[in-house]
Amino acid sequence: MSETHSETVAYVRETMLPPEPPPLAETGAIKWLRENLFSGPLNIALTFVGLGIVWLVVSTVGPWLSHSVWNAGSMAECRQIIAQTWGEGATGACFALIKHRWNQFLFGFYPQALYWRPVLAFGLLFLALAPVLFSESTKARRVVLGLSLALTFVFAALLGAPMGALLGMAVLMLLWAALIETRPRWSLLASLAYPFIAVWLLWGGSLWSEAMVLAGFCLGFVVWRLLAARFGLLAFALAVMATAAWWLLLAGPLASVLAGVLPLRLRPVSSDQFGGFVLSITIGVAGIALSLPLGVILALARRSDLPVIKLLAVMFIEFIRGVPLITLLFVASLLLNYFLPPGTNFDIILRVIIMVTLFAAAYMAEVIRGGLAALPKGQYEAADALGLDYWKAQRLIVLPQALKISIPGIVSTFIGMFKDTTLVVFVGLFDPLKAMADTIRASFEWKGAYWEPYIFVGAIFFILCFGMSRYSMYLERRLKRDHH
Amino acid sequence: MVAYTGADNPPFRLSMLIYDRRYRSLTLQAIVFILVMLAASWLIDNTLRNLSAMGKTLSFDFLFRRAGYDIPQQLIPYNSDDTHLRATVIGLLNTLLVSVLGCIAATVLGVIVGVLRLSSNWLIARLMTVYVEVFRNIPLLLWILVCLAIFTEVMPPPNAYRGENPAASMILFDTIAPTNRYTAIPSIGMTNPPGTISLGREGISWAFVAFVVAIAAAFVGRRLLRSRAQRIQDRTGKRPTTWWISLAMFALPVLFLTWYFGLHLIPPVLRGFNFADGINLDNALVVLWLALTLYTGAFIAEIVRAGILAVSKGQTEAAFALGLRPRRTMSLVVLPQALRVIVPPLISQYLNLTKNSSLAIAVGYMDLRGTLGGTTLNQTGREMEAMVLMMGIYLALSLIISAGMNIFNARVKLKER
Amino acid sequence: MKKSVFFGSVTAVALAASGALAAEGDTLKEVKARGVLNCGVNTGLIGFAAPDANGNWSGFDVAFCKAVAAAVLGDATKVKYVPTTGQTRFTALSSGEVDLLARNSTWTFQRDTDLKLDFIGVNYYDGQGFMVRKDLGVSSAKELNGATICIQTGTTTELNLADYFKANNMDYQPVNIDSNAEGEQQYMAGACDAYTTDASGLAATRASFADPENHIILPEIISKEPLGPAVRHGDNNWGDITRWTLYALIAAEEYGVTSANIDELAKSSNNPEVQRLLGTTDELGKMIGLDAEWAKRAIKAGGNYGEIFAATIGEQTPIGLARGLNAQWTQGGLMYAMPFR
Repeated sequence: MSETHSETVAYVRETMLPPEPPPLAETGAIKWLRENLFSGPLNIALTFVGLGIVWLVVSTVGPWLSHSVWNAGSMAECRQIIAQTWGEGATGACFALIKHRWNQFLFGFYPQALYWRPVLAFGLLFLALAPVLFSESTKARRVVLGLSLALTFVFAALLGAPMGALLGMAVLMLLWAALIETRPRWSLLASLAYPFIAVWLLWGGSLWSEAMVLAGFCLGFVVWRLLAARFGLLAFALAVMATAAWWLLLAGPLASVLAGVLPLRLRPVSSDQFGGFVLSITIGVAGIALSLPLGVILALARRSDLPVIKLLAVMFIEFIRGVPLITLLFVASLLLNYFLPPGTNFDIILRVIIMVTLFAAAYMAEVIRGGLAALPKGQYEAADALGLDYWKAQRLIVLPQALKISIPGIVSTFIGMFKDTTLVVFVGLFDPLKAMADTIRASFEWKGAYWEPYIFVGAIFFILCFGMSRYSMYLERRLKRDHH
Repeated sequence: MVAYTGADNPPFRLSMLIYDRRYRSLTLQAIVFILVMLAASWLIDNTLRNLSAMGKTLSFDFLFRRAGYDIPQQLIPYNSDDTHLRATVIGLLNTLLVSVLGCIAATVLGVIVGVLRLSSNWLIARLMTVYVEVFRNIPLLLWILVCLAIFTEVMPPPNAYRGENPAASMILFDTIAPTNRYTAIPSIGMTNPPGTISLGREGISWAFVAFVVAIAAAFVGRRLLRSRAQRIQDRTGKRPTTWWISLAMFALPVLFLTWYFGLHLIPPVLRGFNFADGINLDNALVVLWLALTLYTGAFIAEIVRAGILAVSKGQTEAAFALGLRPRRTMSLVVLPQALRVIVPPLISQYLNLTKNSSLAIAVGYMDLRGTLGGTTLNQTGREMEAMVLMMGIYLALSLIISAGMNIFNARVKLKER
Repeated sequence: MKKSVFFGSVTAVALAASGALAAEGDTLKEVKARGVLNCGVNTGLIGFAAPDANGNWSGFDVAFCKAVAAAVLGDATKVKYVPTTGQTRFTALSSGEVDLLARNSTWTFQRDTDLKLDFIGVNYYDGQGFMVRKDLGVSSAKELNGATICIQTGTTTELNLADYFKANNMDYQPVNIDSNAEGEQQYMAGACDAYTTDASGLAATRASFADPENHIILPEIISKEPLGPAVRHGDNNWGDITRWTLYALIAAEEYGVTSANIDELAKSSNNPEVQRLLGTTDELGKMIGLDAEWAKRAIKAGGNYGEIFAATIGEQTPIGLARGLNAQWTQGGLMYAMPFR
């Protein structure tokens, strides 16, 4: 062939040309710009609109932020500094307010000497969650454990925890971490005990009261396990009765006796001293922890074959979902005492937690119901074919899969609930967003500071909620991998 | 006659209530039912005892007493001499107003943002992502407070519009004056008012009725026109152009009525302390509306994005292969499928928005909670009755919305065999 | 709080289940058993009740809570302050969440009867006024026709305002606000022409401005606002204790008993009224279920009425209120303690 070519064609290239660099418009930044910002008339217009928005935001907020003052004793001083530094008429952020009162935003009126206790409770939360949330990825779990250990310790030390407490903390946390790493299944028990430890750390008092409550649960569980084989359903009722009897008759006296023998006491902190993020996180975590099991039960009840139970579940869920949370909070503060026997009166934080839990549980139930519905029918039939009874089928086959499917929904319910904890301000509790900001603004020094508290509190909420949503996306990705 | 007693039907024993699966479920339900009833009666008994200990009785008489307080924003006439019942209705209307406005605006915003998030424009897609993440992860209460602060701190007071060289000037050809109290917008005036239908204290202008009739007639006409076009298309394969006829059907009567009644805009004028003549949209309403829109819009954007992504690309390509034009591909292939994914979560967002409108408490907007659950409750001390009534109304509202949207949902649902 | 919240709740449920109900209606017994007085206060009104950076409450109303705690429990610090909003205050009292409501609440017929409260006296005679900017050029409330007015919801001022404008055939545009802090914000930004609340509150608010001279309080006082602490209807003994604690504070000022000289006077005073008040003779305390020195402790807690007034809202404080109607009756005011006999 080449011969014919050589006869007909004047010139044939025998070697490849070196590749030319692509045209200037097709490389690097220019190509990127062309493809991503200026690919067509519409896109060009959109880009300019976008630039306009960015410019608008930066030009209004930018100077204000860049003129921020971090050292001042009052708003007036702050404004004076701004006027001196950047000239008359300049506006600036007065973050000195945050520097002065950060502790109130975070801890409310919690006694200053005891700040380490909420910090420790918060740090332990991650230890309690680690075996549940990060059980499958060793690396992630170790990072979380290490970070929460180190940060808790450092912050507790900075906030002036006494030496003994620090030492105890270090031992407890290291032991717990070791337990999680070596005996993951046993550490789940420690996670179950966490709520009691947290309540003790936050509210103080004698550890024995919490221990006795916990003992009641253990007693009930033991009774149930012992009798379940023989009495079936009755065993459950007996267990409930045993627990109730323990709490009513033995727990109180025993707690005081034990407290006399070995007084494990922390300085009590009353509920009215709770405020700021300590309050928000307490309500949020308690609500999350309690609403999940309740939501599972409600979801199962709503999908139950038993018409009475189904009807009750539907009524409950639709009622709670049909009214705003704020009205439920008003019920907690205005009406709950009417529903209880005359003379009983319990803590407003607890009442709010109950209402928030019920509220979140109804939403949770719908999310989990979705998960249950998405499960192929074959799974249910397979469970039946294996001869599993209802509870075993749910526990071993259905729920593990359904919960996995509904994780994104569950997490977004959590996020929603955590954001909703700010509404407690309307029943007179000191939430970080409005009540704390108003309290600080009511003082003579910080009158007229509107934006700074919102920015500070908003940033913290964003970090926490964004973190949670990222975690749920991480889980989603991991679960997706499981299926392929 | 001897009754047949089969061996496979053993005589009933008490233990069967627990061990026999057929009876056990009945037993269980009976026990649960009894327990629930016991709990309920215990609560009710406590409530009655508590109330009687305080010397209070359950009674809704307070609704018919004089309210005695004023409400800034009202859709139907109200003054302080009216009853608490009327104040409650005003509150309910205000709740509905902000909810409806919020749902509409949030949907528009959400659709735009959801589509733009998928845009190939890097800057816009990033900006929209930032918007969605920031608004979804920060409590609504903060956005309400921030909007309120923006409106009170940044907007000029009405005074600023006064004088020879006012510090502020009205926008949009001197028709709209945003102030830190309200946004003054023009009202609609008529040179040939046709009179009103009197309905007690409210009146409905005949002009309004005429417009409603004209638009309704236009809708009916458009439907007829389209079905005729469909018939022609079925017969001949060609669809006649109809858009200009439908446009005319809407536009001509409206234009005619506008000319006939002499409709015109009356711009707001600063008089005394405040703007008069126009409509003063209370800032509480505007702030709440804005915050609810921005917050819910972020959620709707995510829903819309997920809906669009849920329609696989093959569908579009198949439609193109069939020769459908892009617009018809969108309306006949993509949208119906995307809507199936979008509508259910959208309904729950509408419900959330309606419920979240009770955060009006933070801006002093007098919604249902502000009137019935706020001032009325407080002035009469009837917390039990007021709360029960308020929760009942909210519940009814939610059920109606979800019922209405479920009907719509059933219509767009995939028809399965 | 000896027991933790959780345990407390369990016992609450337990109590309920076992039918062992707490004694109904004996607030004194409950407070003594609890060891803490639950006192409902404002969520934050400088001068009357506001927490500082460490959560310590102070103010005029708070001082009364402390006096009652000192009288009943012997310790002025044994008070749990329950912040209540205008909306939740009365329910907090009637549901038993607080034993005593000291939250600058106006004594009205309806509240005293229909709401089943008992106002035990008046600790501050107030009236509703208006504050406007000086440059508005308004010198009388009668010139406020068409004005926008900031008002706290859930208060008597809301009703008074409606009545006043109606009676004078004037129009107004209300801007509803939830708290004093919000009211200040709106007023300062010019979102309302006038801010109306109790004159004392106006003075306190004005005092806290950077430019108080640019704001005036209009001369019209459009209502009577006798502010006083309230207790639940039906527990007369508890009502007596709180009422006479208030009178003890007022009487102490009348007789010149101050926190400084009280110990000395208890020993040396020849005035039989003072002797009875301080429990040197006649054990008045026993008649209300307390010990002899109850009033002495109450007065010692924060001083007599005059001292409390001066320390929290008086002319020396930033609030700067004159005694006015709240002077002793001997000084031309309305503060008049019933005789201790």
